[in-house]
Amino acid sequence: MVAVSTNFLAAIGRIFLAFMAATGRLSVFTATALSHCVTPPIFPRLLFRQMMSIGYYSLPVVGMTAVFTGMVLALQIYSGSSRFNAEGAVATIVVIGITRELGPVLTGLMVAGRVGAAMAAEIGTMRVTEQIDALTTLSTNPFKYLVVPRLIAGALMLPLLVLVADIIGVMGGYLVGTEKLGFNSASYIDNTFEFLEQIDVVSGLVKASAFGFIVSLMGCYPGYHSRGGAQGVGAATTNAVVSASILILAANYIITELFFDI
Amino acid sequence: MSTQNPAKIVMRDVHKSFGPKVVLDGLDLEVGQGESVVVIGGSGTGKSVMLKCVLGLLHPEQGSIKVDGEEVVGMRGKERDRVLEKFGMLFQSAALFDSLKVWENVAFGLIQGRGMSRDDAKGVALTKMAQVGLGEDVGELSPAELSGGMQKRVGLARAIATEPEIIFFDEPTTGLDPIMGDVINDLIVDCVQELGASTLSITHDMASARKIADRIAMIYKGKIIWAGPTEEVDHSGNAHVDQFIFGRAEGPIQMEVLRP
Repeated sequence: MVAVSTNFLAAIGRIFLAFMAATGRLSVFTATALSHCVTPPIFPRLLFRQMMSIGYYSLPVVGMTAVFTGMVLALQIYSGSSRFNAEGAVATIVVIGITRELGPVLTGLMVAGRVGAAMAAEIGTMRVTEQIDALTTLSTNPFKYLVVPRLIAGALMLPLLVLVADIIGVMGGYLVGTEKLGFNSASYIDNTFEFLEQIDVVSGLVKASAFGFIVSLMGCYPGYHSRGGAQGVGAATTNAVVSASILILAANYIITELFFDI
Repeated sequence: MSTQNPAKIVMRDVHKSFGPKVVLDGLDLEVGQGESVVVIGGSGTGKSVMLKCVLGLLHPEQGSIKVDGEEVVGMRGKERDRVLEKFGMLFQSAALFDSLKVWENVAFGLIQGRGMSRDDAKGVALTKMAQVGLGEDVGELSPAELSGGMQKRVGLARAIATEPEIIFFDEPTTGLDPIMGDVINDLIVDCVQELGASTLSITHDMASARKIADRIAMIYKGKIIWAGPTEEVDHSGNAHVDQFIFGRAEGPIQMEVLRP
């Protein structure tokens, strides 16, 4: 009985130590990456390429996600609010729900799936095919060349994507509201903007920037440390998406808490 | 393990382990100025790890590595970058950057490392590509469109593009047919002679070793167990070396093979 308890405690201890070690490695990676973000050189060509990859090429998937989310949101809120005769709040709740919460979170998750996985696969392949070692031998810091452009592009482009998602999501709600639920077009638009505050949009954009950083960081970190050929790259890709998604949801709560009383 | 020439690279008592696995176990080796040293040895004996320790890609736990008399173990940041400018390297898999065109790969060290303009660097890259027998049209291709032999040539062009003082060749003929292997060997000899560079190569291809080496050293269990001029390798008097160069299954080097 004592031996079983000891083994159980030892297993918990091993898991805890492994978790702490992984957290430490990620922290060191993040600190190193941030220090390179604020020191020259920055590669503008690579930064532009990543901004296009993260921002422009994510527009279709983000737009589709936003429009359907806005449409569903309008239907569900109508369904709920009609139970206590508050149908007039549909437009307001749709816009606040999208700008504060669903726009940034769903955009972050979609970009994590699309871009984070691609980053991990690309950097992971570069690691296992010695391309990252080759960068070093060619007097180029891999952090500056691979990680920094992705981190900056992620933190800059996610807010823009979320802004687009906000607009498209509200439009989706508007379409359902006016075409299906019978709202008057002008009054729906009035209700949308009447109670919308600057902080609703700003808090969403702050979240978006944090989520963009997380997506890029978790795309780069597992890829940079991948080992063992194709299997290692596959594992890095899975880790990138899963860890980015969990961190986005955790960060979402923390940032929401920060903005809660504002 | 020493050389007659002034030493370009000196490794002394270098130790490197990965967990419980000891890979380098007190390795000593020198590469002289303008000398071509080839380290031979079986898979997993520490050849690649040795190169990576010199380049700072791996950090030895113990020992000294000097480049031009300067200790590089523990060197970081700008100091490390300055030393790395002396090096060129041809990787086993060529390690070409997939996202760049062939000429951009060759010009990479000039553009990113030396700050040369893209136009000037392209000119140099095309010259180096011509030196290894690749035409201008190849420059616009992506690395994925090239055969293994052509990728090695591009890797060689990239390694010599910055005209480094020291060039490392990591199994330069692995994966190539014998004719293409010999072509690569000839290119290595020509390019190195033209540059006057010191080279350190690792291989288990004896034809390649005989062709490009001034001196051959054999690594076994993380140590250099024999080193001498290329012409003496057939009369080394070392049973390990004899077994390796003649490719015998029987001998002091025992492979861990499970037999039914």
